Amino acid sequence: MSRSILRTVAIPLVAVVLGLLIGAVLILSQNASPSTAYTALLVGGLGDADAVLRTLQKATPLIFGGLAVAFAFKAGMFNIGGQGQLLIGAVFAAGVGFGIDGLPMVIHLPLALLAGAIAGAIWGGLAGTLKATTGAHEVIVTIMLNFVAGNLTDWLSANPWKDNSGNNIVARTPLVEDSATIPTLGAVPVGFLLAVAAAATCWLVLERTTYGFEVRSVGHNRNAARYSGIKVGWIMGSTMAVAGMLAALGGAVESLGVDGRFEAGVNVGLGFEGITIALLARANPLGVIPAALLVGLMEAGASRMQFKAGVAPELIDVIQALILFFVAAPIIIRWLLRMRQDTSEQLQLGAGWGKS
Amino acid sequence: MGEVMKPQQRQLLYAGLTVMLVIIWIFYSANGPQTTAVLAGTVRAATLLALGAMCGMIGERSGVVNIGIEGQFLLSAFAAFTIASMTGSLFMGTVAGIGMGLMMGWLLAAMAVGLKVDQIIAGTVLNIAALGLTSFFYDRSRSLGIGKYTNIDLGPLADIPLVGTVFFSRPPLTYLTMALLVVVHIALFRSVWGMRTRAIGEHPGAADTVGIDVLRLRYLNVTLAGGLAGLGGAYLALEAVGTFSRAMSGGRGFLALAVMIFGRRTPFGAYAAALFFGFTTALQNQFQLNNTFDIPPQFVGMLPFVVTIVVVALSGLVGSMRDPAALGQNYEKG
Repeated sequence: MSRSILRTVAIPLVAVVLGLLIGAVLILSQNASPSTAYTALLVGGLGDADAVLRTLQKATPLIFGGLAVAFAFKAGMFNIGGQGQLLIGAVFAAGVGFGIDGLPMVIHLPLALLAGAIAGAIWGGLAGTLKATTGAHEVIVTIMLNFVAGNLTDWLSANPWKDNSGNNIVARTPLVEDSATIPTLGAVPVGFLLAVAAAATCWLVLERTTYGFEVRSVGHNRNAARYSGIKVGWIMGSTMAVAGMLAALGGAVESLGVDGRFEAGVNVGLGFEGITIALLARANPLGVIPAALLVGLMEAGASRMQFKAGVAPELIDVIQALILFFVAAPIIIRWLLRMRQDTSEQLQLGAGWGKS
Repeated sequence: MGEVMKPQQRQLLYAGLTVMLVIIWIFYSANGPQTTAVLAGTVRAATLLALGAMCGMIGERSGVVNIGIEGQFLLSAFAAFTIASMTGSLFMGTVAGIGMGLMMGWLLAAMAVGLKVDQIIAGTVLNIAALGLTSFFYDRSRSLGIGKYTNIDLGPLADIPLVGTVFFSRPPLTYLTMALLVVVHIALFRSVWGMRTRAIGEHPGAADTVGIDVLRLRYLNVTLAGGLAGLGGAYLALEAVGTFSRAMSGGRGFLALAVMIFGRRTPFGAYAAALFFGFTTALQNQFQLNNTFDIPPQFVGMLPFVVTIVVVALSGLVGSMRDPAALGQNYEKG
């Protein structure tokens, strides 16, 4: 048991170390000190209660985004639509958050979260349904839906839902009501607890329910699943709906718990990081939590790193890409560690664009 | 093969073309300058898509999906811009862009063919790495310092009304792209290389038994195809825009994939599709410029992406558009 856990953790762990090492070379190339930079990164993400709060806040949408990719992965689908799903969830949660007043928190807050979740489920489910009915590849469709979502949320926050207070010219919604704001318990944002609960729920559903078994069957071998009587089309559509809902919840928590409103352009790029998180976690819903905490820590500390060591915060993006590369090509690390090939470790998705 | 058309489809195509020409003629006689502007914008937007589609097509014909075109565009645009700015030569910048594209192609091949990483994940790595690297090394204070590529009139051809301005008074990389469409078409469908390429995409096992080195040819093709995307990056930075900005490829690497699928993985088909997508973009710009219609710009902005979704969904429904049989599968020598 412990040996198999070690084997599972070894590759992501070495990938992180290699990513940081190459990152150090890049820091040196900018005439800065890697030790100063990485120390600042660590202090900025863990140094005091504020830093911890920042890390947990950054990790929250990453957990949701990672789950959105991991869950679809289990059914053999690649959800690159996290960005669009997140935006849709963020704008609709904010819409309900500022649009209704006079409700008690126990009703208003869940209602706002639900609005985001449902909108995201529709957005993700659309890609899954198209895949199941027409064979349209979910990678292309979800990428396109990202752009459509970007435009749609831009329009919503610049026109019907625009914040008209004072002389605001920015495309953003008004602040959400207090009754729809997600509270913080000390250094722990409640949104983070929601994310952890979502991860645990995903794990339970996938590993302990009939539905989860069907999802994994479709992921392993679509044809075999079909012959054994599983409704493959339904599984693909519903899995993408769940994935969309998860990413959207990440956006909803951003609007209701961090930004206090939806503002166009603020969450750009956040949805894509879910891919790194999911691959780092090897598509395991529980593994998503430490993976998101790690990346969240780096993001929380990035501005301090820039301040103390003069290193551009975009270094974090490069390190993430490197980690992704080493996790995706485990053969390099396996060779470094002299590990045996284990076929179950290779993640496989690829197929043509049409047909299912 | 996908590139052969049925007679009915051919008739439909000709009918469609005729209708389109009539519409263009009506609009041109009603408002000449605006029609010319929209059509010139169409060709401008189509060039990048055509280059990306050709890059994707060569990979897919060999059995390798490339969703990293977006990243190849971006990093090549960055290289082209930086080198052109440092050397003061657009030509050197273009060479650097192509070189970077080849390197990215090689990296994709190394991952997807050599290390047998899932092809979709390998492409995603390129995209994320390109965004990270260009943001990290982006220097706000750097400017091109020289003018971008300018239009070259092709003698008397450029004097033809409408057609002359739209097709024969273009900057150099646009002409190069048009020439490459012909070259790639001949190479894919009339040469030994093309036949072998299509063979390893359809049935690598059979190709292997007649002595084609599947992995080597895939390596070569994906690398070379990267050069086309690299040219696209150079076009973007040095001809279309004249500078570099963060994430400037703006999703067009993905649109190129839709263009490729819509064009049935043939260069001319892809160019037709690219012109169509380019038209929606040009129309959108024109709408934004003079507010002819009361449509919010965001909705016009959605148009190319919604069209792509519809196209991809339809191409799945219409059975005649068939993927290469071994697409997406890494080849293991038996």
